[in-house]
Amino acid sequence: MKVTLRFFASVKEQLGKELEEIELPPGISTVGGLRAHLRARGGRWAEVLAETRRVTAAVNQDMAKPGAAIKPGDEVAFFPPVTGG
Amino acid sequence: MKISVQRDDFDVSSELKLLSKNPRVGALASFVGVVREVAMTLEHYPGMTENSIKKIAEEARSRWQVIDCTVIHRYGDLQPNDQIVLVAVASAHRGDAFAACEFIMDYLKTRAPFWKKEHAAEGTRWVEAKSADDDAAERWRLKQGVTKP
Repeated sequence: MKVTLRFFASVKEQLGKELEEIELPPGISTVGGLRAHLRARGGRWAEVLAETRRVTAAVNQDMAKPGAAIKPGDEVAFFPPVTGG
Repeated sequence: MKISVQRDDFDVSSELKLLSKNPRVGALASFVGVVREVAMTLEHYPGMTENSIKKIAEEARSRWQVIDCTVIHRYGDLQPNDQIVLVAVASAHRGDAFAACEFIMDYLKTRAPFWKKEHAAEGTRWVEAKSADDDAAERWRLKQGVTKP
């Protein structure tokens, strides 16, 4: 399935990427699975999305836990903990 | 209810005046966040940011007697002393206005997608999230609903 990835703030800067359309291999159906799939690219991806790093995800602009499901056409975003206000 | 995520500055007194128009309003509580010593750039997630603030404001309205509220948050480049955020709540009585205003601010800090990047003389850095902010938001989960005026 195809999903849109978006990255913000320090995650965006460290990956050098803001937006990506990606075709996911079968079997990846959760936010956590997607994160592990991206981590497997190695290099910066492994570093920035490491399990020890506090990275938040959102699916279709709603905060999402690692177990949250993703469907074809979803927009999945990864970003650091928020610091507004 | 007015939610605005904008580059431009805002005028607090005119926003408060708009909120006080309803004759049932007896209390207006407001909070203004201001940039401290260091210039910064605020990034946000267009769409999600507005929606998450709206959800927070709606939750405040379900917990307290809120007649109306306004949340304005700026993004882009900000200088020391610039206003960053306004949260203003109109209620019949002060208890609800104070509580709802603080609740919205505490939740906004931990749930609305904004990120601050500071531009100090030594270089730029992303501001780290503070656990004290998580604690401030968390304590509202333990509190029950509506305060008595």
